[in-house]
Amino acid sequence: MASMKEHKESLDFVYDFYVKMKRNKINLAYEGEITHQITKAFTSLTETNMAREEDASSVQKKVFHVMVECLQNISKHSESTPNSSAKDGRGIFMVSKGDTEYNVTTGNIIKNENVDKLRGILENINKLDKDGLNKLYKQQMREGHISDRGGAGLGFIDIARKTGEKLLYSFLKIDSINSFFVLTSTISRIKE
Amino acid sequence: MSVINIKGSDDTPTVVLDKENNIFKISGRSLPEDVVAFYTPILDWLTEYASDPLDKTVFDFQLEYFNTASSKLLLDVLLKLEDINSDGHDVLVRWHYPDDDEDMLDAGAEYAEIVDVPFEQVPYTID
Repeated sequence: MASMKEHKESLDFVYDFYVKMKRNKINLAYEGEITHQITKAFTSLTETNMAREEDASSVQKKVFHVMVECLQNISKHSESTPNSSAKDGRGIFMVSKGDTEYNVTTGNIIKNENVDKLRGILENINKLDKDGLNKLYKQQMREGHISDRGGAGLGFIDIARKTGEKLLYSFLKIDSINSFFVLTSTISRIKE
Repeated sequence: MSVINIKGSDDTPTVVLDKENNIFKISGRSLPEDVVAFYTPILDWLTEYASDPLDKTVFDFQLEYFNTASSKLLLDVLLKLEDINSDGHDVLVRWHYPDDDEDMLDAGAEYAEIVDVPFEQVPYTID
Protein backbone atom coordinates (compact mmCIF):
# COMPACT_ATOMS: atom_id res chain seq x y z
CA MET A 1 0.00 0.00 0.00
CA ALA A 2 1.21 3.49 -0.80
CA SER A 3 2.46 5.49 2.15
CA MET A 4 0.84 8.77 3.16
CA LYS A 5 3.84 10.64 1.77
CA GLU A 6 3.48 8.97 -1.63
CA HIS A 7 -0.20 9.66 -1.57
CA LYS A 8 0.46 13.35 -0.84
CA GLU A 9 2.91 13.51 -3.77
CA SER A 10 0.39 11.86 -6.02
CA LEU A 11 -2.28 14.34 -4.91
CA ASP A 12 0.05 17.25 -5.63
CA PHE A 13 0.80 15.85 -9.05
CA VAL A 14 -2.85 15.36 -9.93
CA TYR A 15 -3.81 18.83 -8.72
CA ASP A 16 -0.88 20.44 -10.53
CA PHE A 17 -1.83 18.56 -13.69
CA TYR A 18 -5.46 19.63 -13.31
CA VAL A 19 -4.50 23.32 -12.84
CA LYS A 20 -2.19 23.22 -15.86
CA MET A 21 -4.85 21.66 -18.04
CA LYS A 22 -7.37 24.29 -16.94
CA ARG A 23 -4.92 27.14 -17.46
CA ASN A 24 -4.05 25.95 -20.97
CA LYS A 25 -7.72 25.24 -21.75
CA ILE A 26 -6.97 21.66 -22.65
CA ASN A 27 -10.13 19.65 -23.01
CA LEU A 28 -8.58 16.42 -24.18
CA ALA A 29 -5.18 14.95 -23.32
CA TYR A 30 -4.00 11.38 -23.88
CA GLU A 31 -0.73 9.50 -23.85
CA GLY A 32 -0.48 5.97 -25.14
CA GLU A 33 -1.00 3.78 -28.13
CA ILE A 34 -3.04 5.46 -30.88
CA THR A 35 -5.24 2.76 -32.34
CA HIS A 36 -7.99 3.17 -34.90
CA GLN A 37 -10.53 2.73 -32.06
CA ILE A 38 -8.90 5.61 -30.12
CA THR A 39 -9.03 7.79 -33.24
CA LYS A 40 -12.73 7.10 -33.68
CA ALA A 41 -13.49 7.65 -29.98
CA PHE A 42 -11.66 11.00 -29.76
CA THR A 43 -13.08 12.42 -32.96
CA SER A 44 -16.59 11.39 -31.96
CA LEU A 45 -16.18 12.89 -28.46
CA THR A 46 -14.91 16.18 -29.88
CA GLU A 47 -17.72 16.27 -32.46
CA THR A 48 -20.29 15.97 -29.68
CA ASN A 49 -18.61 18.72 -27.64
CA MET A 50 -18.34 21.08 -30.61
CA ALA A 51 -21.99 20.55 -31.56
CA ARG A 52 -22.91 21.56 -28.00
CA GLU A 53 -20.69 24.66 -28.25
CA GLU A 54 -22.46 25.61 -31.47
CA ASP A 55 -19.28 26.10 -33.45
CA ALA A 56 -19.94 26.65 -37.17
CA SER A 57 -20.17 23.37 -39.06
CA SER A 58 -17.21 24.38 -41.25
CA VAL A 59 -15.10 24.81 -38.08
CA GLN A 60 -16.29 21.46 -36.71
CA LYS A 61 -15.39 19.71 -39.94
CA LYS A 62 -11.91 21.23 -39.99
CA VAL A 63 -11.21 20.24 -36.36
CA PHE A 64 -12.48 16.72 -37.08
CA HIS A 65 -10.26 16.46 -40.14
CA VAL A 66 -7.12 17.79 -38.41
CA MET A 67 -7.69 15.35 -35.53
CA VAL A 68 -8.07 12.39 -37.89
CA GLU A 69 -4.92 13.26 -39.83
CA CYS A 70 -2.83 13.93 -36.68
CA LEU A 71 -3.98 10.75 -34.93
CA GLN A 72 -3.36 8.65 -38.03
CA ASN A 73 0.11 10.20 -38.34
CA ILE A 74 1.02 8.98 -34.87
CA SER A 75 -0.61 5.62 -35.33
CA LYS A 76 1.28 5.02 -38.59
CA HIS A 77 4.58 6.83 -38.09
CA SER A 78 5.50 7.07 -34.43
CA GLU A 79 8.37 4.83 -33.38
CA SER A 80 7.19 2.55 -30.63
CA THR A 81 9.26 2.46 -27.48
CA PRO A 82 12.04 -0.18 -27.67
CA ASN A 83 10.40 -2.66 -25.29
CA SER A 84 6.98 -2.35 -26.85
CA SER A 85 5.62 -4.88 -29.30
CA ALA A 86 2.65 -2.66 -30.15
CA LYS A 87 1.53 -2.54 -33.76
CA ASP A 88 0.27 1.01 -33.45
CA GLY A 89 2.47 3.98 -32.72
CA ARG A 90 2.15 5.81 -29.46
CA GLY A 91 2.40 9.41 -28.48
CA ILE A 92 0.72 12.29 -26.74
CA PHE A 93 -2.38 13.93 -28.15
CA MET A 94 -4.03 17.13 -26.93
CA VAL A 95 -6.87 19.37 -28.00
CA SER A 96 -7.22 22.83 -26.49
CA LYS A 97 -9.94 25.35 -27.07
CA GLY A 98 -9.36 29.08 -26.78
CA ASP A 99 -11.88 31.86 -27.40
CA THR A 100 -10.81 32.24 -31.01
CA GLU A 101 -9.21 28.94 -31.98
CA TYR A 102 -8.78 25.23 -31.46
CA ASN A 103 -5.28 23.80 -31.18
CA VAL A 104 -4.50 20.17 -31.91
CA THR A 105 -1.10 19.12 -30.60
CA THR A 106 0.66 15.81 -31.06
CA GLY A 107 3.99 14.61 -29.70
CA ASN A 108 5.74 11.41 -30.61
CA ILE A 109 9.12 9.77 -30.86
CA ILE A 110 10.91 9.62 -34.18
CA LYS A 111 14.37 8.34 -35.08
CA ASN A 112 17.09 11.03 -35.28
CA GLU A 113 17.94 9.84 -38.80
CA ASN A 114 14.43 10.85 -39.95
CA VAL A 115 14.42 14.32 -38.40
CA ASP A 116 16.04 16.19 -41.32
CA LYS A 117 13.69 14.67 -43.87
CA LEU A 118 10.58 15.49 -41.85
CA ARG A 119 11.85 19.01 -41.08
CA GLY A 120 12.42 19.54 -44.81
CA ILE A 121 8.87 18.44 -45.67
CA LEU A 122 7.36 20.76 -43.04
CA GLU A 123 9.59 23.73 -43.98
CA ASN A 124 8.57 23.32 -47.60
CA ILE A 125 4.86 23.24 -46.70
CA ASN A 126 5.17 26.38 -44.57
CA LYS A 127 6.80 28.29 -47.44
CA LEU A 128 3.82 27.74 -49.74
CA ASP A 129 0.69 29.84 -50.11
CA LYS A 130 -2.74 28.32 -50.75
CA ASP A 131 -2.17 27.88 -54.51
CA GLY A 132 1.22 26.31 -53.89
CA LEU A 133 -0.29 23.90 -51.36
CA ASN A 134 -3.07 22.94 -53.78
CA LYS A 135 -0.49 22.23 -56.48
CA LEU A 136 1.65 20.16 -54.13
CA TYR A 137 -1.40 18.20 -52.95
CA LYS A 138 -2.45 17.38 -56.50
CA GLN A 139 1.07 16.38 -57.46
CA GLN A 140 1.46 14.15 -54.41
CA MET A 141 -1.95 12.55 -54.98
CA ARG A 142 -1.07 11.76 -58.60
CA GLU A 143 2.52 10.68 -58.14
CA GLY A 144 2.56 9.39 -54.57
CA HIS A 145 1.87 5.86 -53.43
CA ILE A 146 0.28 4.52 -50.31
CA SER A 147 3.21 3.53 -48.11
CA ASP A 148 3.60 0.23 -46.28
CA ARG A 149 2.35 2.11 -43.24
CA GLY A 150 -0.82 3.11 -45.03
CA GLY A 151 -0.09 6.83 -45.42
CA ALA A 152 -0.37 8.85 -48.61
CA GLY A 153 2.03 11.67 -47.64
CA LEU A 154 -0.85 14.13 -47.87
CA GLY A 155 -1.83 14.80 -44.25
CA PHE A 156 0.47 17.75 -43.43
CA ILE A 157 -0.22 19.46 -46.77
CA ASP A 158 -3.96 19.15 -46.28
CA ILE A 159 -3.85 20.41 -42.69
CA ALA A 160 -1.94 23.51 -43.86
CA ARG A 161 -4.30 24.30 -46.72
CA LYS A 162 -7.55 23.57 -44.89
CA THR A 163 -6.64 25.56 -41.77
CA GLY A 164 -4.88 28.38 -43.67
CA GLU A 165 -2.33 28.48 -40.82
CA LYS A 166 1.37 27.65 -40.67
CA LEU A 167 2.27 24.35 -39.01
CA LEU A 168 4.05 24.87 -35.68
CA TYR A 169 6.59 22.17 -34.96
CA SER A 170 9.79 21.39 -33.13
CA PHE A 171 12.18 18.53 -32.53
CA LEU A 172 13.75 17.76 -29.17
CA LYS A 173 16.69 15.38 -29.18
CA ILE A 174 16.20 12.72 -26.51
CA ASP A 175 19.37 10.63 -26.98
CA SER A 176 21.67 9.29 -29.71
CA ILE A 177 18.79 7.36 -31.32
CA ASN A 178 15.54 9.23 -30.84
CA SER A 179 13.97 12.67 -30.94
CA PHE A 180 10.62 13.95 -29.75
CA PHE A 181 8.54 15.60 -32.47
CA VAL A 182 5.83 18.10 -31.50
CA LEU A 183 3.32 19.50 -33.97
CA THR A 184 0.56 22.02 -33.31
CA SER A 185 -2.20 22.78 -35.81
CA THR A 186 -4.46 25.77 -35.26
CA ILE A 187 -8.05 25.99 -36.47
CA SER A 188 -9.71 29.40 -36.21
CA ARG A 189 -13.15 29.40 -34.54
CA ILE A 190 -14.03 32.62 -36.29
CA LYS A 191 -15.96 31.88 -39.43
CA GLU A 192 -14.46 33.39 -42.56
CA MET B 1 -21.17 -9.71 -63.32
CA SER B 2 -21.02 -9.77 -59.50
CA VAL B 3 -22.48 -6.95 -57.42
CA ILE B 4 -20.59 -5.00 -54.77
CA ASN B 5 -22.86 -3.90 -51.96
CA ILE B 6 -21.00 -2.69 -48.86
CA LYS B 7 -22.98 -1.23 -46.01
CA GLY B 8 -21.32 1.88 -44.62
CA SER B 9 -20.16 2.43 -41.06
CA ASP B 10 -18.84 5.40 -39.09
CA ASP B 11 -15.48 5.02 -40.84
CA THR B 12 -16.22 3.27 -44.13
CA PRO B 13 -18.48 4.39 -46.98
CA THR B 14 -21.52 2.68 -48.45
CA VAL B 15 -20.54 1.27 -51.82
CA VAL B 16 -22.92 -0.06 -54.46
CA LEU B 17 -21.55 -1.25 -57.80
CA ASP B 18 -24.34 -2.96 -59.70
CA LYS B 19 -24.06 -3.16 -63.45
CA GLU B 20 -27.39 -4.89 -64.00
CA ASN B 21 -29.36 -2.21 -62.13
CA ASN B 22 -27.13 0.62 -63.35
CA ILE B 23 -26.13 1.83 -59.88
CA PHE B 24 -22.61 3.03 -59.18
CA LYS B 25 -22.29 4.94 -55.94
CA ILE B 26 -19.90 5.65 -53.08
CA SER B 27 -21.39 7.58 -50.16
CA GLY B 28 -20.86 8.39 -46.49
CA ARG B 29 -17.62 8.63 -44.56
CA SER B 30 -14.26 7.24 -45.59
CA LEU B 31 -11.46 6.92 -43.05
CA PRO B 32 -10.87 3.18 -42.96
CA GLU B 33 -8.15 1.70 -40.78
CA ASP B 34 -6.62 0.13 -43.90
CA VAL B 35 -7.54 2.14 -47.02
CA VAL B 36 -5.80 -0.20 -49.44
CA ALA B 37 -7.63 -3.26 -48.12
CA PHE B 38 -10.94 -1.43 -48.31
CA TYR B 39 -10.57 -0.03 -51.84
CA THR B 40 -8.77 -2.94 -53.56
CA PRO B 41 -11.95 -5.00 -54.20
CA ILE B 42 -13.63 -1.85 -55.57
CA LEU B 43 -10.75 -1.14 -57.95
CA ASP B 44 -10.62 -4.80 -59.01
CA TRP B 45 -14.35 -4.73 -59.71
CA LEU B 46 -13.94 -1.61 -61.88
CA THR B 47 -11.09 -3.22 -63.81
CA GLU B 48 -13.35 -6.14 -64.65
CA TYR B 49 -16.27 -3.80 -65.45
CA ALA B 50 -14.05 -1.77 -67.80
CA SER B 51 -13.69 -4.78 -70.10
CA ASP B 52 -17.44 -4.71 -70.86
CA PRO B 53 -19.07 -1.53 -69.52
CA LEU B 54 -22.56 -0.13 -70.14
CA ASP B 55 -22.89 2.39 -72.98
CA LYS B 56 -23.24 5.06 -70.34
CA THR B 57 -21.97 4.86 -66.76
CA VAL B 58 -23.16 7.47 -64.25
CA PHE B 59 -21.02 7.25 -61.14
CA ASP B 60 -22.21 9.05 -58.00
CA PHE B 61 -19.97 10.21 -55.18
CA GLN B 62 -21.83 11.51 -52.16
CA LEU B 63 -19.27 11.73 -49.41
CA GLU B 64 -19.67 13.53 -46.12
CA TYR B 65 -16.06 13.11 -45.18
CA PHE B 66 -12.88 11.44 -46.38
CA ASN B 67 -9.36 11.48 -45.01
CA THR B 68 -6.24 12.15 -47.10
CA ALA B 69 -5.35 8.47 -47.50
CA SER B 70 -8.85 7.89 -48.94
CA SER B 71 -8.41 10.87 -51.28
CA LYS B 72 -5.61 9.00 -53.01
CA LEU B 73 -7.75 5.88 -53.45
CA LEU B 74 -10.74 7.91 -54.65
CA LEU B 75 -8.44 9.31 -57.33
CA ASP B 76 -7.61 5.73 -58.33
CA VAL B 77 -11.35 5.03 -58.69
CA LEU B 78 -11.73 8.15 -60.86
CA LEU B 79 -8.76 7.13 -63.00
CA LYS B 80 -10.51 3.82 -63.73
CA LEU B 81 -13.55 5.81 -64.88
CA GLU B 82 -11.27 7.98 -67.02
CA ASP B 83 -9.97 4.82 -68.72
CA ILE B 84 -13.51 3.63 -69.49
CA ASN B 85 -14.34 7.05 -70.92
CA SER B 86 -11.22 7.23 -73.04
CA ASP B 87 -12.03 3.77 -74.45
CA GLY B 88 -15.09 5.36 -76.05
CA HIS B 89 -17.81 4.61 -73.47
CA ASP B 90 -19.78 7.48 -71.95
CA VAL B 91 -19.03 8.19 -68.32
CA LEU B 92 -20.48 10.91 -66.12
CA VAL B 93 -19.19 11.56 -62.61
CA ARG B 94 -21.70 13.26 -60.34
CA TRP B 95 -20.03 14.77 -57.28
CA HIS B 96 -22.67 15.45 -54.63
CA TYR B 97 -21.63 17.88 -51.90
CA PRO B 98 -23.51 19.40 -48.95
CA ASP B 99 -24.43 22.94 -50.04
CA ASP B 100 -22.73 24.45 -46.97
CA ASP B 101 -19.50 22.46 -47.39
CA GLU B 102 -16.98 24.47 -49.35
CA ASP B 103 -14.17 21.97 -48.72
CA MET B 104 -16.17 19.15 -50.32
CA LEU B 105 -17.00 21.41 -53.29
CA ASP B 106 -13.29 22.25 -53.63
CA ALA B 107 -12.35 18.58 -53.43
CA GLY B 108 -14.69 17.85 -56.35
CA ALA B 109 -13.26 20.73 -58.37
CA GLU B 110 -9.77 19.42 -57.70
CA TYR B 111 -10.63 15.93 -58.98
CA ALA B 112 -12.36 17.45 -62.02
CA GLU B 113 -9.09 19.21 -62.87
CA ILE B 114 -6.95 16.10 -62.49
CA VAL B 115 -9.16 13.54 -64.22
CA ASP B 116 -10.25 13.82 -67.84
CA VAL B 117 -13.87 12.72 -67.51
CA PRO B 118 -17.24 14.56 -67.68
CA PHE B 119 -17.82 15.84 -64.17
CA GLU B 120 -20.87 17.42 -62.60
CA GLN B 121 -21.10 19.10 -59.19
CA VAL B 122 -24.45 18.54 -57.49
CA PRO B 123 -25.27 20.40 -54.25
CA TYR B 124 -27.65 18.87 -51.74
CA THR B 125 -29.11 20.05 -48.46
CA ILE B 126 -28.62 18.24 -45.17
CA ASP B 127 -31.63 18.67 -42.85
